[in-house]
Amino acid sequence: MSGPVPQQIPPALTARAAGLVACESCGRVHRDGIAQCQRCGATLHSRRPGSLQKVWAWLFAGIVVYIPANIYPMLLTTSFGRTTENTIIGGVIELIDYGSFGVALIVFVASVLIPVGKFIAIGYLALVVRPGARIGRGSGLRGRQHLYEVVEFIGRWSMIDVFVVAILAALVQLDFAATISPGIAAVSFSLSVAFTMLAAQSFDPRLIWDAEEGTAP
Amino acid sequence: MTRIVMLAATALVLMVAAVFFPFLELSAGGMVRRSSLLDAVLAFSSGMMLPLTFATAALIIVLPTLRLAGIVYALAPMALGWHPARHAVPVFRLTQALRPWAMAEIFIVGVSVALVKVAGLAKLSFGPAFWTFAALVLVTVLSDNYMCRLTVWKTLEERRRP
Repeated sequence: MSGPVPQQIPPALTARAAGLVACESCGRVHRDGIAQCQRCGATLHSRRPGSLQKVWAWLFAGIVVYIPANIYPMLLTTSFGRTTENTIIGGVIELIDYGSFGVALIVFVASVLIPVGKFIAIGYLALVVRPGARIGRGSGLRGRQHLYEVVEFIGRWSMIDVFVVAILAALVQLDFAATISPGIAAVSFSLSVAFTMLAAQSFDPRLIWDAEEGTAP
Repeated sequence: MTRIVMLAATALVLMVAAVFFPFLELSAGGMVRRSSLLDAVLAFSSGMMLPLTFATAALIIVLPTLRLAGIVYALAPMALGWHPARHAVPVFRLTQALRPWAMAEIFIVGVSVALVKVAGLAKLSFGPAFWTFAALVLVTVLSDNYMCRLTVWKTLEERRRP
């Protein structure tokens, strides 16, 4: 059905090669050297300055606060005078004990798999787009772009567990029978989510495509 | 464009209802406890957790409201065929920036997880606010899907006051 595939596709013309800067907020292109978008007022950068530095800083901050989030209790359940402490993993195990595997899976994915996967994915992206990076040069660029989009989209869903704690703590205040109060891990976990979201947002996806041209940012 | 404005306005009204009506109702051993969305937000309001209160309030109530109000403010005049409002451009840019931080839909999933967790402990029933909040999430997603960022920016530029 389709015609013959052209043998040699010419390299795409990038905005920077054409001496233009695209606005990241509204998509309008400008001549190089203009500082502010004339349509939406956003600051224009051909490549965001210090993007990778910010990514690393937020990423490490996220990893650091993720550690106490797993060690300290997320939920304190007091039932008939007995207090049990539940960490993130403990909550998942409890859900499995109840037999609700689906929900246990959701919580496990949202609060363990996604954060850890995000640390790895952001770290990987920041490593491979470095100028002069040796690993994976010139291959799988599309895969990296997809990876970036997935990471940016999925990051916020980690907040599920914090919201669960908030709802439970508000709802289960039945004096003697059962009382649930939030643990300190809730704070560090939500900080970790926020930091990694900021890390993903500071990453400049255009760096991925610079690797193809082999130009330094 | 009219459709986006309508949906955003609907969502705003739903948000007001969702915040003040009882959200979930829990009964165990003859005791009944109703909690509204505000109670869920205030759950962290003791001691060290206070900053988290502001964070949850911002993520599930303030930012979604701000975003919807921003969309209405920036787009409504254009939907009616007028020039855009005075600060429509920075306001619309703000709504774009807020998008990842408005987490109402995540809160809904959180509610369902919480339901399973307390199912063994007590009987739970939904209040009116739960359904309004669920509708709010649906309407927000719809309005986001209808909105084309680039078209909005183009229209904002074309209709600019001379």
